[in-house]
Amino acid sequence: MTRIVEVRGLRKTFDGRHQQVEALRGIDLATAEGEYLVLLGPSGCGKTTLLRTIAGLEQPTQGEVLIGGNVVNELPPRIRQVAMVFQSYALYPHKTVRANIVFPLKAQRMDRDAREKKARWAADLLGISHLLHRKPRELSGGERQRVALARAMVREPAVFLLDEPLSNLDAKLRASARDELKRFQQRIGTTTIYVTHDQAEAMGLGDRIAVMDAGRVRQLGHPREVYDDPADTFVATFIGSPPMNLVRRDGVLVGFRPEHLLPAEVVRERAVEIPFVVDRIEYLSGDRHVYGTVTTLGEATRVIARLPSTVATPLTAGETADFTVATDRLRFFAPETGDRTDAVPLAWSRS
Amino acid sequence: MTQAPTATRPSAAPATGRRRRLGDREGPLAWLFLLPAVVYVVALVGVPFVLAIGFAFSDVSAGDPSYDWAGLDAYRRAFDDPVFWQALRNTLVFTGVSMVLIVLFGKVLANILIADFRGKWLVRFLVLLPWTTPVALSTVSWLWLLDSIFSPIDWILRQVGLLEGNMYWLGRPTLATASVIAVHVWRLVPLAAVIMMAGLIAIPRDIDEAARVDGAGFWRRMFEVTIPLTMPLIAVAALFGAIFTFTDMAVVYVLTRGGPTNSTQVLASWAFVRGIEGGDVAQGAAIALFLFPLLLAAAVLILRAVRRMQVM
Repeated sequence: MTRIVEVRGLRKTFDGRHQQVEALRGIDLATAEGEYLVLLGPSGCGKTTLLRTIAGLEQPTQGEVLIGGNVVNELPPRIRQVAMVFQSYALYPHKTVRANIVFPLKAQRMDRDAREKKARWAADLLGISHLLHRKPRELSGGERQRVALARAMVREPAVFLLDEPLSNLDAKLRASARDELKRFQQRIGTTTIYVTHDQAEAMGLGDRIAVMDAGRVRQLGHPREVYDDPADTFVATFIGSPPMNLVRRDGVLVGFRPEHLLPAEVVRERAVEIPFVVDRIEYLSGDRHVYGTVTTLGEATRVIARLPSTVATPLTAGETADFTVATDRLRFFAPETGDRTDAVPLAWSRS
Repeated sequence: MTQAPTATRPSAAPATGRRRRLGDREGPLAWLFLLPAVVYVVALVGVPFVLAIGFAFSDVSAGDPSYDWAGLDAYRRAFDDPVFWQALRNTLVFTGVSMVLIVLFGKVLANILIADFRGKWLVRFLVLLPWTTPVALSTVSWLWLLDSIFSPIDWILRQVGLLEGNMYWLGRPTLATASVIAVHVWRLVPLAAVIMMAGLIAIPRDIDEAARVDGAGFWRRMFEVTIPLTMPLIAVAALFGAIFTFTDMAVVYVLTRGGPTNSTQVLASWAFVRGIEGGDVAQGAAIALFLFPLLLAAAVLILRAVRRMQVM
């Protein structure tokens, strides 16, 4: 595996007016060639700081940044062979789209003809050839994003750094832009590091996801791994909507996803029986989200069940229904640290 | 569909029955607040301006203040005097050279002031001092600095061995010109720097960082990103510099009195010499009116720059 970007023991401390803020608390991470790595986390978790440190816009307090196998800590951004797309796109407002796209090439002192050819190639690829003479303020959000991408790709960087590039688009455009972004990356095959706080973007785009919280990487893995086998309660509750249910029981936290808490009649595998006091039912895009309380599994806890539209079991608020969770869907966490622990056998199991 | 007529009729008084007070009536209130400014502008700018135009076409003098129409006589007298042309030329040269230097140094200073370093507040305060000091006072201190015999500048030059004797800063035409320009630049650079600093602060940080990542070095970022983006404010700084140099007579009057032999005479000081000291009010007004077309052009340009800023 060629490591395009690697960070080792990265720490970053900001000196605030009154206190020091630890933005990164020891991060080790490496991307594979052509990989789409997503940094996912709540705001303030350090994901953008990590991206900016890789770009060279921030200096790490400790640790190393490697690009293409070389330590680049001391190098300014322009020598690092990175291209960045900012949340605001940061297009040069006084330049036309064409001038925006060729700007990095001018900085490389590429001659005019080659520049022109490169710009045309990028513009064609992103479908913005007809906009080349416009100014950024005359473009829509989606068009601006494409211009920012074109400007990033003409340099043929070793890595793309994308900082929440979809967050300025409206919800409808965001879905199509996400699809476009993924296809674009697959076509040009450049390693990409993508920062977002939106789990849907992360799950949809990432080859791997690094879930970050409070300056640390909590889990690094394939989207399915992160979702199905969360490393700790933070990942378990941050990812998934609604999040994983956690029930405290005899010194252990039992976790299960809402879609695995199902009426007993539809579960055929080995499962744990859980009587479920139904409180309220929401209908959301065909699914039923059932809010209620489980009492027998451990401490009485409010949980959510998500029933797909294919499950037609009649439910009434206020009544207790027979629910189960398949045994292999249960996850266990240590209550003090939140880390995953070994499975604990539960009573009420049926085979 | 029927409704109670009382519900649809817009009622002048709210349901509580309280009357509108002056504070609620924006029309009269607007006039009330504008009045002091209007009085100020009319009394101290409008009236003198109309008077100046009137005097310029009259034969009013200190000895005979009665108003008689004299057509272009005052202008003829002004044009016949070579000192007028010298003053006009000097005014343009001083303004042009000062403006270029003010923008140049102001830009450099703005870049320094915007940087983050320890004690930047002290530096900003010190830098602003020349602008906050009354022109006449600061010029008097320059008069001492440039003294023909006791000039500390000369003393330093002598100590380091670059000079024997004295420079006579204000006694030689070229040096006097340079001195006047230097004082103008010294007192107006802070203003220009602060204006341009406002422009620099307004540039989104993202854009500068994007340019860094795009591979642009310091100079490319400066000339291709920063300067174009702050152009409207650079223009405003330049025009302010120009206006203050163009209309100022205090520096010349205190420093050289227009000398030696009128070589630093400017329109404003020459109008004062002719109109007030010489008593030829008509000619003084005529000379002073020469400031008007250029100031008008500058005002138009400033307003345009401000509008461009709003568009961007």
